[in-house]
Amino acid sequence: MSAAPTRAAVPPGRRATPPVSDLAWPVAGMVLIAGAATALGLWKQWWWALLAAEFTLFVFAAEALERRLPYRLQRGYQGALAWLFPLLMLVAWEWLSRGGVLNPRWFPPPTTILGALWDLTVNADRFSGHSLLGRPWLLPARVAESGWAGVTATFAESHLWATLARVLLGFALGAAPGVLIGIVMGLNKTVRAMLDATMSAIYVLPKIAVFPLLMLVFADPFGEGPKVTVVAISAFFLVALSTMAGVQGIDPVLVQAGRNFGANRWQMFRHVILPGALPIVFNGLRLALGTALVVIVAVEFVRSQTGVGYLVYYHWQVLSTPKMYAALLVIMAMGVGLTALLQAVERRVMPWRR
Amino acid sequence: MEPKVVARAARKVYPSLAGDVPAIVDFDLEIGEGEFVCLVGPSGCGKSTFLRVLAGLDELSGGEAYIVPGPDPGRPLNNVVFQEYAVFPWKTVRDNVAFGLEMRGVPRAERYAVADAWLAKVGLKRFADYYPAQISGGMKQRVSIARALANDPQVLLMDEPLGALDAQTRAVLQEELLRLWEETHKTVLYVTHSIEEAVLLGDRVVLMTAHPGTKKAEFVVDLPRPRDLTTTQSPRFAELTGAIWAELKDEVRRAMEAQA
Repeated sequence: MSAAPTRAAVPPGRRATPPVSDLAWPVAGMVLIAGAATALGLWKQWWWALLAAEFTLFVFAAEALERRLPYRLQRGYQGALAWLFPLLMLVAWEWLSRGGVLNPRWFPPPTTILGALWDLTVNADRFSGHSLLGRPWLLPARVAESGWAGVTATFAESHLWATLARVLLGFALGAAPGVLIGIVMGLNKTVRAMLDATMSAIYVLPKIAVFPLLMLVFADPFGEGPKVTVVAISAFFLVALSTMAGVQGIDPVLVQAGRNFGANRWQMFRHVILPGALPIVFNGLRLALGTALVVIVAVEFVRSQTGVGYLVYYHWQVLSTPKMYAALLVIMAMGVGLTALLQAVERRVMPWRR
Repeated sequence: MEPKVVARAARKVYPSLAGDVPAIVDFDLEIGEGEFVCLVGPSGCGKSTFLRVLAGLDELSGGEAYIVPGPDPGRPLNNVVFQEYAVFPWKTVRDNVAFGLEMRGVPRAERYAVADAWLAKVGLKRFADYYPAQISGGMKQRVSIARALANDPQVLLMDEPLGALDAQTRAVLQEELLRLWEETHKTVLYVTHSIEEAVLLGDRVVLMTAHPGTKKAEFVVDLPRPRDLTTTQSPRFAELTGAIWAELKDEVRRAMEAQA
């Protein structure tokens, strides 16, 4: 009874201040394991187990550190980890690659990759005559000289723009009819009965598999037509099916409320069906955008003289791994950028979802 | 008095593979202009179905049930307050309340003025720009009630509007409904399974039998208005709820046995 008031201040099972050892022992363990493994020459065979052990201890140490921080800093800690840990990995990579532990031919140090990225950006490659960004500084002069054609000419020299244009154009050409058909399929059970099974079957087909067929269909098999179309097709089915699911998922009582308050067909669509389906539609759009990027890179591997996918493949062929990594980095950045853009649109269009 | 709502020999059957299942049979009802009628019955007695028929969301299989149109053709015949609130998550509270007016093409400034007036009456003025996800269940149902009243229907149809709320919120909203009805004197059909709620709110309580639903008994609630929650403490209130429960008890038991 006398002990109760003093214990109440701290939640049961937790000590008020963490003992020193909860930070010390993981750090000591990490040093010990690394040292012992190096001394005994275990790294070559057991690197995976050693890395797993080191990582586990590192997590313990990071958590012990968090408990020591004042509350004010604890809130930012998780966010900081998301940046600091990858950065730490990059530093480790750099160090291991330069130290010869990792073969720099396959795993060039990150700084070398950044150098290669700069090289790609400013220098046109010999084979295609394109660089990553083209020569945008010529844009004003060229527009002044030849108007709209100047814009095309400038962008035509850029690998990044080539890929971006294919993705965006294909995505738009696939997503717009996808939303339309999806809404019709969601609203009309006859159309749904006729199309659902077929579309679900085509949906599972890897769209890259129809690329050869598209090359036959188009007059210029090596032009932009088949490339944009294959992106459009892969976006279309995803968006159509998710839009249908979105429309079908609308709470029927909301449709009844719309009817009871006198909404006509157009008002019902504008005020109930469309906003009700939007969250799922945007889910589909996000997936479709990711798929579009996958498909266009694959297509550029196979059949293109331009684009970021071509960059990866070309630099694989000439065994220039730093530039390969640089191109991969660009693809990642495109994915992140496009997704962020779509999310910005999403927040704008659906303010109620915050 | 001229009836505002009329049902004669109303019949609703649902087709099934084992044959037609009757939900409502031979149901008669008349509601006068400005009358507040509560429809009470065990679960599954077809009381909500009947309300949905009047709302135009369902159709009878036989007989008739309709609202007698008033002289002003601009006023909507009915509006429903749903048990599930049915407020639009993508519209702000103000836009939800103004929804019916918007559908009728009332200009923005005008419909917002009406919506704001009703929001003030249900105590939601501060929340006009909130989205439904940001407010509580009780507040959502206030929005739903304000949405129906702002549209000024000739008949207000309420389908267990307080059924999804906790007991305290329900008590508060019951008083609010009483206050709003004193202001508007609307014709109301109010479906509920709570006898106390029916007696507290209604001018008349119509009791339905279990499966298939038809009229079992009718009670005129002669409690004086204006009423509030203290009305529930009067001896007459206890007398009425007791009498209704005596009639309803067998029906509830029958409904439970039918389900078992």
